[in-house]
Amino acid sequence: MSVLANDANSWIWWAWIPDHQHEIYANLKEHMVLTGLSVAWGSVIALPLAVMAARRRVVAAVVVPIVSAMYTIPSVALLGLLLPITGLGERPAVIALTMYSLVILVRNALEGLRGVPPDVLDAADGMGYTKMRRLLRVELPLALPAIVAGVRLATVSTIGLVTVTFIVDQGGLGRFIQDGYQRDFRTPLVVGIVLSVALAVAADLLLVGVERAVTPWRRAAR
Amino acid sequence: MHFVHFLVNVWHWLTASDQWHGGDGVPHLLANHVRVSVASLLVAFLCSVPLGAWLGHRRVGGVVAINVANVGRAIPVYALLVLGVQVFGISNPTGFGWTGSFSAFLPLVLLGIPPMLTNTYVGVRDAGDELVDAARGMGLSEGDILRRVEIPVALPLILTGVRTAMVGIVATATLASFTGYDTLATPIYIGLKIGDNVAVFGGAVLVGLLAVFADSVLALVQRAVVSPGLRAGGRTRRVRAQPAA
Repeated sequence: MSVLANDANSWIWWAWIPDHQHEIYANLKEHMVLTGLSVAWGSVIALPLAVMAARRRVVAAVVVPIVSAMYTIPSVALLGLLLPITGLGERPAVIALTMYSLVILVRNALEGLRGVPPDVLDAADGMGYTKMRRLLRVELPLALPAIVAGVRLATVSTIGLVTVTFIVDQGGLGRFIQDGYQRDFRTPLVVGIVLSVALAVAADLLLVGVERAVTPWRRAAR
Repeated sequence: MHFVHFLVNVWHWLTASDQWHGGDGVPHLLANHVRVSVASLLVAFLCSVPLGAWLGHRRVGGVVAINVANVGRAIPVYALLVLGVQVFGISNPTGFGWTGSFSAFLPLVLLGIPPMLTNTYVGVRDAGDELVDAARGMGLSEGDILRRVEIPVALPLILTGVRTAMVGIVATATLASFTGYDTLATPIYIGLKIGDNVAVFGGAVLVGLLAVFADSVLALVQRAVVSPGLRAGGRTRRVRAQPAA
């Protein structure tokens, strides 16, 4: 036996982990699914909003304050407001997490699109690009680093937020944290925290890789 | 029709007189919520703004000051609250009654530090070389340069950090209801437990109102404290700071 105390009362009880492999796998998977769905929905909604906001100041003046205001609503309150409408489960969790991801995604994409130099746009117009073609071939590629940076930030903060969705009977690794609290049992608590942070770091590194892969010209410049 | 009926019930719940009195009444819950939020915001402010200003003035520690916010983002705050209860218990250590709940206060302080530290650091660092040189040429001491030139110029950014920290703290304090310290979110906690959606929704409305109120107060402070001249100055600097290509 180990010199360190290692039982149900210690911070981590190693024997618990192999016994709960399936649960760990299921919660980790739920955590990734909730994050993936929310960031994907968030991106699908944010990108057109950012494009419209970059085209017209009026749209920006409406969209940016609205998505920022969503962010000030505490997650517990937002889930509480959704609950009577959606019931418990994945739906309120994904809706709330998507709403929170919007502020980061919209702001970054908008900043990226606004950062496209006007002379580049003029050159594209001069070459006879249509609005759509200019958007797809010139503006979006130039805004891509900012957009991917937004996806990165949104992913990491969503991974942190998923834990709170235990209140609508979801939670991913947050289920372990809640379980640890309710039973006054530290091992699942520690497992939940460590895996959640590890997941955030892994996702961040993965997206750094994506960021590099989609912007080969940036590497050449360096 | 069903939902309208539900909203009427929420209205009755919110306006019931026993909701506004006693140990689990709204005023008591609100006071609890505000106490732990203000205490942690103040302590986080004292831990981050002087440090960020000094680091920004000396231009050291940038990697830490800027990345602390990104690291903080990855840590689930609810887990920190549960850890707080595991380490300190639910009752307050002697002399810490002003914190409301020490085990909730400490995680909230940690949550509040990164946005204020990062924004103060960046704001002071980017206050403008010409300004600092001019102040130095006029014979201002380093402390005076920081106090009378760099901090006033950095104020809009510092206050944005304070606002971000406060929104985060007020929002996260709600989770303390789930770890044994009553806040305005306690009706949500109880409602979830007993399956009373009216209490859940009513509590969520109260918490939402508090968050919007807190954010608006700081928005007003921001407008009042920062002079219009500086606001215009901030805008020009931001344009110039953009990459040329």
